[in-house]
Amino acid sequence: MAQAPGKTGVAKSKPAANRGKPAARRVIGPSRPAGAGRPVYLVDGARTPFLRARGKPGPFTPVDLAVQCGRPLLMRQPFAPDAFDTVILGCVNVIADEMNPARVAALRLGMGDAMPAFTVQINCGSGMQSIDTAFRTIEAGKADLILAGGAEALSHAPLVLRQEAAAWFGRFAMAKTALERATALAGFRPEMAKPVIGLERGLTDPITNLNMGQTAEKIGHQFNITREAADAYALESHRRLAKAQKNGALAGEVVPAIDRKGTLYVRDDGVRPDSTMEKLAKLNPAFERPFGRVTPGNSSQITDGACWVILASEEAVKKHGLTPLARIVDSEWSALDPSIMGLGPTLCSTALMQRQGLMRTDIDLWELNEAFAAQVLACVAAWEDEDYCRKVLGLPEIFGTIAHDRLNVDGGAISLGHPVGTSGNRIVLHLVNAMRRRGDKRGIATECIGGGQGGAMLLEVI
Amino acid sequence: MPVATISAAELLAPRVMELGPAAKIDTGSAHWRLARDAQDVAWLVLDRAGESANTLSEAVMAELDTLLGKIEAMKPKGLVIRSAKKGGFIAGADIRDFAGVGDAAEVEKRMTRAHAVVDRLAALPMPTLAVVHGHCLGGGLELALACKHRIAIDGASFGFPEVLLGLHPGLGGTFRLPALIDPLEAMTMMLTGKTAHTKRAKALGLIDALVEERHVKNAVAAAMTGKLAEPRGSWKSGVLGFSLTREFAARKMRAEVAKRAPEAHYPAPYRLIDLWEKHSGNAKAMQKAEIKSFAALLTGETAQNLIRVFFLREGLKAQGKGDSGIAHVHVIGAGTMGGDIAAWCAARGLKVTLTDIDTEAIARAIGRAAAFYDKRLYTGIARRDALDRLVADFSGDGAAHADLVIEAVAENADIKRKVYKAIAPRMKAGALLATNTSSIPLEQLRRSVPFPERLFGLHFFNPITRMELVEVVGHGKVADATLARARAFCGAIDRLPAPVKSAPGFLVNRVLTPYLLEALVMQDQGIDKETIDQAAVDFGMPMGPIELADRVGLDICLEVARMLKSSLKTPMPDIPEWLEKMVADGRTGRKAGKGLYEYDETGAAKKKTDALTPHASLSDRLILPLLNACVACLREGIVADEATLDAAVIFGTGFAPFRGGPLHYARSRGVDEVVAQLRRLQEKHGDRFAADAGWAQLGKVS
Repeated sequence: MAQAPGKTGVAKSKPAANRGKPAARRVIGPSRPAGAGRPVYLVDGARTPFLRARGKPGPFTPVDLAVQCGRPLLMRQPFAPDAFDTVILGCVNVIADEMNPARVAALRLGMGDAMPAFTVQINCGSGMQSIDTAFRTIEAGKADLILAGGAEALSHAPLVLRQEAAAWFGRFAMAKTALERATALAGFRPEMAKPVIGLERGLTDPITNLNMGQTAEKIGHQFNITREAADAYALESHRRLAKAQKNGALAGEVVPAIDRKGTLYVRDDGVRPDSTMEKLAKLNPAFERPFGRVTPGNSSQITDGACWVILASEEAVKKHGLTPLARIVDSEWSALDPSIMGLGPTLCSTALMQRQGLMRTDIDLWELNEAFAAQVLACVAAWEDEDYCRKVLGLPEIFGTIAHDRLNVDGGAISLGHPVGTSGNRIVLHLVNAMRRRGDKRGIATECIGGGQGGAMLLEVI
Repeated sequence: MPVATISAAELLAPRVMELGPAAKIDTGSAHWRLARDAQDVAWLVLDRAGESANTLSEAVMAELDTLLGKIEAMKPKGLVIRSAKKGGFIAGADIRDFAGVGDAAEVEKRMTRAHAVVDRLAALPMPTLAVVHGHCLGGGLELALACKHRIAIDGASFGFPEVLLGLHPGLGGTFRLPALIDPLEAMTMMLTGKTAHTKRAKALGLIDALVEERHVKNAVAAAMTGKLAEPRGSWKSGVLGFSLTREFAARKMRAEVAKRAPEAHYPAPYRLIDLWEKHSGNAKAMQKAEIKSFAALLTGETAQNLIRVFFLREGLKAQGKGDSGIAHVHVIGAGTMGGDIAAWCAARGLKVTLTDIDTEAIARAIGRAAAFYDKRLYTGIARRDALDRLVADFSGDGAAHADLVIEAVAENADIKRKVYKAIAPRMKAGALLATNTSSIPLEQLRRSVPFPERLFGLHFFNPITRMELVEVVGHGKVADATLARARAFCGAIDRLPAPVKSAPGFLVNRVLTPYLLEALVMQDQGIDKETIDQAAVDFGMPMGPIELADRVGLDICLEVARMLKSSLKTPMPDIPEWLEKMVADGRTGRKAGKGLYEYDETGAAKKKTDALTPHASLSDRLILPLLNACVACLREGIVADEATLDAAVIFGTGFAPFRGGPLHYARSRGVDEVVAQLRRLQEKHGDRFAADAGWAQLGKVS
């Protein structure tokens, strides 16, 4: 089900190629590359509440979650569910009962037997990859209406047998005679019974063997992000989400979910509005004890959740009488050394802005996925680092400071959790909703991606 | 360029059923097709002419006899029996042959002939195989049991529902089933009438193999060459061969049956136990006794009344035929009724949106639905799909897509009118609007609906999972087409539509209220509530009026009683003041854990055991007001005819089915006798017992 990311525009931003080009605003022309196709609109979207994993499988599988928020979203459209051309879903930890979860979700959502659907996987960028693939397909004139989402149930991540245990079981299963079976049985060692937690392996980079939290430690160190700064950022994330929940800023975006027991889930349940600097300071480092700065308190939470957005062409908007919320202007993917994956957003966002001839001040609002507080702050610091901007990003001058009041204004993955395949989708949807609420014009949603990548998407409010 | 007009799945669906060479061949007989395949296996396929489902009529059995003669001469290597009908194998005997039968000796003759045909099938020397899909019931199962092998396609269900008609199996089932499977399981199946679904049937040993339709041909070949495992009897047959163990088991069975059905009202299960106890293990003797016992039961009052009820039910079902054009139902109000209606519709394959201003109420309804599906749907897939179809609708968006909107909010005309005002502009063109009101006349509601021609009442009963009746309520301005769609909707969700006129309490609540109120008056006069309830149960009601009032909810009873008392001129008992106080105090019945009775955690009423045995006349004081109200409803034209009335009261209130319906009961007892008894009660207790003017009319017709 792994799909290659859409190799569109500049698939890899090569700093060398950008070097020497003025970062200042060039001609303000059409804000998409010449020759690009039709306009693509985001017309609606909804997500489930994000539910913290609580040490056992949660009430919903990835597809259950996709169905929970997909049904009310489809129900509020003026067109029938089978009017879509395709369904694309980002999902990293696909469970064995739901291979190609996009198609399973499409069928369970009553979108008809004839609905093509595929799943995309680029780790933490999967939910944005689905939007990007949908965007490019509509832009190219190959589709008019696509449902693009992300779904993840991290609480359902499997316990994996150790390699040696699997080999032992294989020998036992193949044994034909009683003696063979006895011999095979005797080969069992108690340590084989200890399963590997699949999630832990999944969050470890296979090239460098660094856990994601360790990559955040690394760039935190390189950009002098202190434990206190990271904790203060985390505290603010919780404060912002709590406020957004309270004043209804998430209404319509978050739709309640109900499990088989009749339990109602109304809001993101990882939020801790009563947290304090003192409480955060008491937490031990999660990845690099005892001196590290990354703690459970300033990292994103392990969470289940799903999100969908609806993308439409001009024709589809007219045909069904839809109201576009925003136009997707452009997108970009970049890659770098996996051990500093957290800096991915600086590469792809800068490349995207350069192609569009935009400066920092042109961007009213940012959603930069909060994998770790230290990682978000490292990105912000990198854009304030002249050497980094000139030599790595190929800018003629310092990029400048992204004001905190334009960044993750309603909290982020630290307070509401990071269902990896979903987050990229959520930040695009929330960026649009937040811009419309605030009266902003242009925004970027971007995320770092485990394995050393970054994805960014530029949207303009209609 | 050619354009696709049909999906691959739709085109290919009919290419499924394996009928061997009998798929096309016409033997010239009306109901059966017989053909021989290349492997010299004869295929005998039942495809009853002029019927959508297979049943065994006298003609079908006579034809079978002739064909078995042919097969004996033909000497094929084996014989396959199956049905060409989509719905299933054979649904049982043709009950039309049973109605109005009064001569037991004649029935014995008929049954002896039919037994000879089945024996002839059982005696065939070659391998015989019944291939079963869908329903395999009663006589159908008896035919299958006479084959040496049975294979089933997933979805097949097996059962002996005879007991529900006041009968027991009559075509050899009483000895062939206990010989094949665990005799105690066999008896349970026959005593309860419960069907065994595919997996259960396999576990019981009823079928030798479970196959996919696409492998039927290979399975047939396996059966013919002896590769199918031979059915083996149960070890319990041995133990139960001793008369002592059998007597003990029979005693236990009688005690179990007595809990549900008293012998005086329902003799069939007792006769079946007698048969088994006396003749088990001796097929010949059992066969003789079965025929005799079956004939006696069939010509008895209980079976004849239950057969009448069967046809009353068919009558209501027939009203639900046709295409409702309803694929999506939007239910407003997620209380017990609304939630259960939504859950039921989703289980029956409809898309359902359930909305309520209280999101917690929606969640609770979904939880209840999931628990219900766990019990009643057979596979995880079916449960998941039903839950997926049942959409929690937090913002009421479903109204814009629904073909039918069902309002099930609080029983208050103002609230309902407000709901209609809000919902009407959101509904799509042509969509229908139904109210689940139990008592408010539709004339009071339709003012706030801009399309009264598409407004009607759809009165479900609690619990909807068990109560089959739905009152379909019309009014002066509703379109006939709307009511036809409404009835077809009931049919589509497997409920029984009873068309009723808009009038206070419609039919069911109107006839129940005098019965319930009289019970309260009796309680006021110092009669133990247990005694009152027992009197009704003795008459044959599934539960007494006091317990029923608690079940319905005293708040609802009070509401309906007040409304009826204020809008009807007929004298009715006064509503006791203490009832109003109880409701005000929250003692609203079973749902509150306390009402007229106290309830334990399981919802069972705590009754005292030393209450007096009711005098026979006590039941008249309860039942006759109900009959009187039925006659009034018929006179006022609230229902079209006596059949609909009898059916609706049985399926809406549980009125003693073996009595054949309230009016049928009055007629069997004698209209004059009933009127005279009413007069006596009137003299003693007051004018609320005054015989309705309609009795005179009823007396004339009969």
